Amino acid sequence: MEHIISLFVRSIFADNMIFAFFLGMCSFLAVSKNVKTALGLGVAVTFVLLVTLPVDYLLQVDILGPDCLVKGVDLSYLSFILFIAVIAGITQIVEMAVEKFSPSLYSALGIFLPLIAVNCAIMGASLFMQQRVTMDHASTQAITNVWDSIAYAVGSGIGWTLAIVSLAAVREKMAYSNVPKPLRGLGITFITVGLMALAFQCFTSLNI
Amino acid sequence: MSTLFSKENKEAFTKPLNLDNPIAVQVLGICSSLAVTSQLKPALVMGISVAIITAFSNLVISLIRNTIPNRVRIIVQLVVVAALVTIVSMFLKAYLYDVSVQLSVYVGLIITNCILMGRLEAFAMNHTPWASFLDGLGNGFGYAIILAIVGAIREILGAGSILGFQILPQGLYDAGYMNNGMMVMPAMALILLGCVIWVHRSINKEEKK
Repeated sequence: MEHIISLFVRSIFADNMIFAFFLGMCSFLAVSKNVKTALGLGVAVTFVLLVTLPVDYLLQVDILGPDCLVKGVDLSYLSFILFIAVIAGITQIVEMAVEKFSPSLYSALGIFLPLIAVNCAIMGASLFMQQRVTMDHASTQAITNVWDSIAYAVGSGIGWTLAIVSLAAVREKMAYSNVPKPLRGLGITFITVGLMALAFQCFTSLNI
Repeated sequence: MSTLFSKENKEAFTKPLNLDNPIAVQVLGICSSLAVTSQLKPALVMGISVAIITAFSNLVISLIRNTIPNRVRIIVQLVVVAALVTIVSMFLKAYLYDVSVQLSVYVGLIITNCILMGRLEAFAMNHTPWASFLDGLGNGFGYAIILAIVGAIREILGAGSILGFQILPQGLYDAGYMNNGMMVMPAMALILLGCVIWVHRSINKEEKK
């Protein structure tokens, strides 16, 4: 239990998807113009992470790892193709399910859902999970069972949401400030994110 | 031969290098560009890998563009890209092991690099194979240029070297100069990239005038 809580908190703050690993930057920059849509995308990303990561974990442990299917065969070189297929497939299913059962949520998230398949945060979380599976079990970062992978998925998703919502809030206020012309838009956003990342750097020494 | 290097084809290659740069103008593929630029060498390797993958995935998708059903095209594109990335990743592990360890998961993340999907959707789906190949190559190198600039600045300021060779003389350190440890931290990559875009935009604005 302790391990899961530590994994969860660390993935929100110290191993924040955006500020520590720069994952999911494209949609992070494109959709952070106002808080409401940013929150919607954050929730959608968290949800897709929550569904895909345990599936990818089970695939990695039961099928792709060394000696899983056939003795002496290590299939982990197939992981890129398999993970991305799982992510793309699940995003499609989630999209259809949301459309069927909750049309209001679908119209709120609509355009973002298909884009999540190519969000680096999802693929990145799967690849980091793959690295962490092979880690020493005593390490606080190790993922040793399905519950760990779920905690990591939810933590990463919340961390990503936190980052995009706070950037959106800053950008809403920044609309009123006088930024040098060539720096407007993308340039100043990068510098803002850089300063936010510096602030988040203080969490790296967090020990729990 | 003349049609192979017609004006449009040339433009497909040269435009993304500067005026239509994927990072500075189209804002694609930011994720991986930041994490791998703390030194010049991984930045270069990453840039070249991405250029090769964009070129060939554009080529493949453009060849089969008329046979892909519209509804499942994203999955088809992803699978083609993932196969190419797997090949590149295995090649790096075999011939450039130390760099591939440094790049770690970011090689795999080329799959979800927005440059690839962006160019596949916007260009390869409705252009001929040769033009798509050039467009992919151009976008890949446009990406590599920015990566190399940021990587070089960070390595000089952060470690005083380029490609691992010490550039700043020892005398400078004796006189009290110190490497800037901030430059190696991830946050500075963002700020530097912001500055690169700033310079790029102000230069291009002057050219237009």
